[in-house]
Amino acid sequence: MMSLLPALGQLSLIIALLVSVTQAISSLYGSWRQRPHLLRLSRPLAYSQLFFVGLSFGFLMLCLLNDDFTVKYVFENSSTTLPWYYKLCAAWGGHEGSILLWVFILSLWTAAVALFSQQLALVSVSRVLGILGILATGFLLYILMTSSPFMQIILPPSFHSQDLNPLLQDPGLISHPPILYMGYVGFSVAYAFAISALMSGRLDNDWIRWIRPWTLIAWSFLTCGIVLGSWWSYRELGWGGWWFWDPVENASFMPWLMGTALIHSLSVAEKRNTFKAWTILLAISAFSLSLMGTFLVRSGILVSIHSFAIDPSRGTFILIFLAVVILSSLALYGYRSTTLQSVGRFSLWSRETLLLVNNIILLSMLFAVLLGTLYPLLSQTFGWGKVSIGAPYFNTMMAPMGVLALLLMGIAPHLNWKHEAFKKDITKHLVILIIALSLGTLLMLLYTRTFTPGVTTGVGLALWVIMSTLHLVIKTKRFTTKIVGMILAHLGVAVCAIGIVISKHYTTEKNVYMHVGDTTTLASNRFHFGPVGFYKGPNYAAETFTITRFDKQQASDQLHPELRLYRADNELLKKTAVDVDAFRDLYVAVGRPVKNLGWPVHLSNQPFIRWIWLGGLLMALGGLIGLFDKRTRTQKR
Amino acid sequence: MKKVLLFIPFLGVLIVLSLFYMNLKQNPYLIPSVMINKKVPSLDAPLLLAPTKHFEASTLKGHASLVNVFASWCYSCLDEHKLLMTIAKSHQVNLYGINYKDTPKAAKALLTKYGNPYKQIISDSTGKIGINLGVYGTPETFLIDKKGIIRDKIIGPITKTTWRHRLLPEIKRYQ
Repeated sequence: MMSLLPALGQLSLIIALLVSVTQAISSLYGSWRQRPHLLRLSRPLAYSQLFFVGLSFGFLMLCLLNDDFTVKYVFENSSTTLPWYYKLCAAWGGHEGSILLWVFILSLWTAAVALFSQQLALVSVSRVLGILGILATGFLLYILMTSSPFMQIILPPSFHSQDLNPLLQDPGLISHPPILYMGYVGFSVAYAFAISALMSGRLDNDWIRWIRPWTLIAWSFLTCGIVLGSWWSYRELGWGGWWFWDPVENASFMPWLMGTALIHSLSVAEKRNTFKAWTILLAISAFSLSLMGTFLVRSGILVSIHSFAIDPSRGTFILIFLAVVILSSLALYGYRSTTLQSVGRFSLWSRETLLLVNNIILLSMLFAVLLGTLYPLLSQTFGWGKVSIGAPYFNTMMAPMGVLALLLMGIAPHLNWKHEAFKKDITKHLVILIIALSLGTLLMLLYTRTFTPGVTTGVGLALWVIMSTLHLVIKTKRFTTKIVGMILAHLGVAVCAIGIVISKHYTTEKNVYMHVGDTTTLASNRFHFGPVGFYKGPNYAAETFTITRFDKQQASDQLHPELRLYRADNELLKKTAVDVDAFRDLYVAVGRPVKNLGWPVHLSNQPFIRWIWLGGLLMALGGLIGLFDKRTRTQKR
Repeated sequence: MKKVLLFIPFLGVLIVLSLFYMNLKQNPYLIPSVMINKKVPSLDAPLLLAPTKHFEASTLKGHASLVNVFASWCYSCLDEHKLLMTIAKSHQVNLYGINYKDTPKAAKALLTKYGNPYKQIISDSTGKIGINLGVYGTPETFLIDKKGIIRDKIIGPITKTTWRHRLLPEIKRYQ
């Protein structure tokens, strides 16, 4: 009976492919030739695609729960001793499963578009669903041709299944990939609306109004996903960094930057009837960057900690799909967008100008990240030798652009559309800026007694954003959800910036070898290395350490980092322990003991690091609140 | 003219995608198929623990051997080290080492600290031997049969599973 499950899973995938092919053909043809009987099919097709992909995903989970090791994917990513919740999450812990999750989420979004677009004309909905159907077709073909999770193997008489990568056996795995993918894949909706607008040749305000909520929700998910990923690698990788400029992290950061630019340009396009062709280009690009990110992770052409097993045929398939989707979209854009020209005039000191500057800053950041990420490929192709571009490059590029962005964020929301009422307020803004910069400097001198220009600028400007955003709160007479969302998101950026700047400049760390009974100090805390205990987890054996922190002679708390040996693949993993506080993290990791020297202990004191993630969550919350804008729901087409 | 400008994104993406395509073709993971079933290239270089002597090609003849490429700067090599010690103690295969792009001092320190699983170690401080073998990174392990022909190559650390289910059966076949 057991081996029936993978067969059923594969069958559901094949049916899902047939459904998505039908969706792509019938909906697009139906909306082109205005065939009502075909158009009426597109919504039911969207729901059935979700049903069959969901079914197949469910079968994969059942295979994992049942320890059906005749399925290669289960053999490679699970073991009998793995706790049940990690067995479920193993459904996206390996390459094949994670692509299935991708398609599942695409189907969720497709069904959501079908469900929440009742007020939109059936022709337009069908066109959007048809475009999403093309995407689903591509990915389902990819799964069936190169990476089906239901592939069966013949087991040797005695065998040990491999196991889920120990790094992935963490609560982070439960939430991070699905939420990140919700964001990544969510941009497909904005993309489908953009392509649909290009196809129909009509780009009116309705289009903008429809694309806005979908962009906002995808962006919020992406923000949350990036925050979770950063927090996960901070706890899991054992050296206390929260961002590594790893190609895969960059692959999620680039669509985020593009999505942020898109949200801002949408607001101009909506209010001022300008920037329309530009907005379309951004919508296409945001999703294209998501696709490119998927390619970078799956093909293994860049070396990354996140890469899955490498198989060139997989890379080739995605590359062809990538080329077809992106190039045809951009060709359509080049061909059609002149017909979408919209003229609007605005003066220098208007909100339009500053939003344009915002777009330029965000895109410059994006190009810097793109260049840094692809540089190893460039140098390899043109024989400049193997080079790896690291954090120093990215930090030098990002810092000045970050400063400009913060500077801009303090002013832009105060400006009016179109005209120059700004001049009479300029002194007020300057006063706030000076107060903020001096406050930042004062606080810094008070706490550290040393002057660091980077901190004055960073914290000062973040305070300026907070103060001028609060100024906006006082000035605003009618609060729409759009304004509240914007305020929260901007405060989030400021909070995040404070976290980045302070943790970057004031993190102290120490690497020492310790024996039981040893003591060391860091940042006015004394740490005592207590007795070592052992315990057996479900699929690992662990040494637990007791590190007692003394705050001025008083034992204030105990930290329990672990060193785990996972049985299946004999892999050693450091489980870090963190003492969390709103203003600082004390972070401890213990490594594999060295003869005669003791255990290597990594201690660090990271001030304000929580603020980075708190800021990110505020941004995501702002995006979600902006979603409930009255205009997006009540206005009929 | 304006029309041409609208195609700039198209051209930009085309360039990036061609870059991807070229690198996909250069995928380092295709290299093993080139080296497999070929004769071992010359491993003529000084021995790490006896620098006056050179490694002799005849050493590999007559029995199956594993040649493990390692370096003291390579973290995954340390992970693999314990298993290599077990393999050496099991006496099921002759294990040789190539110390890749490393200083003799650091390499010797590593061996004193964690033990030496290798019968002989070839010192490849310049990486020249590595290039001949098509080494992409460390650790990498080659399985060579009794006639000196490369039969398999493992990229990355050997795990217990690869040792038991892949290498050991192959060693028995090519012995």
